[in-house]
Amino acid sequence: MSFYRFPVEATHILMFARAIGDENPVYTDPGSPAAAEFGGAIAPPTFTMASAQFDPEYALRPMAGQAWFGSGKEPSGAEIGDTGWLHAEQHFEYHRPFVAGEVLTATEYAGEKWAKKSNRGGTLEFEERRIDYHSAETGEVVVTARFVYVLPSRAAAQD
Amino acid sequence: MALSAARLTVGESRTEVVLDNLTRTRIVMYAGASGDYNPLHTDEVYVTKVAGYRTVFAHGMLTMGATGKVLTDWVGDGRLTKYSVRFVDVVCPGDTLTTTATVEAVHGEKRLADFTVTTVNQDGKPVVAGRATARLDP
Repeated sequence: MSFYRFPVEATHILMFARAIGDENPVYTDPGSPAAAEFGGAIAPPTFTMASAQFDPEYALRPMAGQAWFGSGKEPSGAEIGDTGWLHAEQHFEYHRPFVAGEVLTATEYAGEKWAKKSNRGGTLEFEERRIDYHSAETGEVVVTARFVYVLPSRAAAQD
Repeated sequence: MALSAARLTVGESRTEVVLDNLTRTRIVMYAGASGDYNPLHTDEVYVTKVAGYRTVFAHGMLTMGATGKVLTDWVGDGRLTKYSVRFVDVVCPGDTLTTTATVEAVHGEKRLADFTVTTVNQDGKPVVAGRATARLDP
């Protein structure tokens, strides 16, 4: 289980909204009438993904002093344990909207693991994890996120 | 924006292009905003020489995020209570994605509406498929 604070910031929401191609003023303009109704810019439905920025152990971010598996001029040769896993499913439950200026906490749990045969004869491994996001102020649950990852067999991945 | 059960009809749908000719720049924007810097999404050298794929592909969550726009533009801001997708196929630079959301059920007494949502690429191939539920006004 890991636990960390996730401060929700207006600029972060703006950057995220631009990236997904949804520049709704309720996300991008805290001064808009739409945002004012909520008391600030609200986060788009998938924004809690960006809590990865605040996860001290997040493996898919280069860390100072540690080898990174992305390339320079040529492949780095570095490897990390999690490479090869792909995102298979994503599930969110929203208990209420949340706005820039709030602080959430993220509590992450490991979930089930299972395997099944792929159509192409290989084996697909699945792994689940869950993150519960609570209000740091009131403790109420705001969003729950359930992730399912798949590790395709190499033969299937190259198709 | 108010959204009443009376304004939704089961079977009614909306379709919108959500990503037009996906650029590598947008994938970089998503990496930067989300914090998912997996080189699979942005690093052609790593992807082709090490990972063994043909080219980089977008974060599944970029497609889920873009897909959500059709839902939230329809039901209004901050109204989703559930949103789930399965990632069915990869999305690569140059792809154009079109999302269709359809009303599956309207629960007037519970003030909820269920939707299905599918996003296809320029070849009509599904890339994500999912469901969502939105809160209705009395």
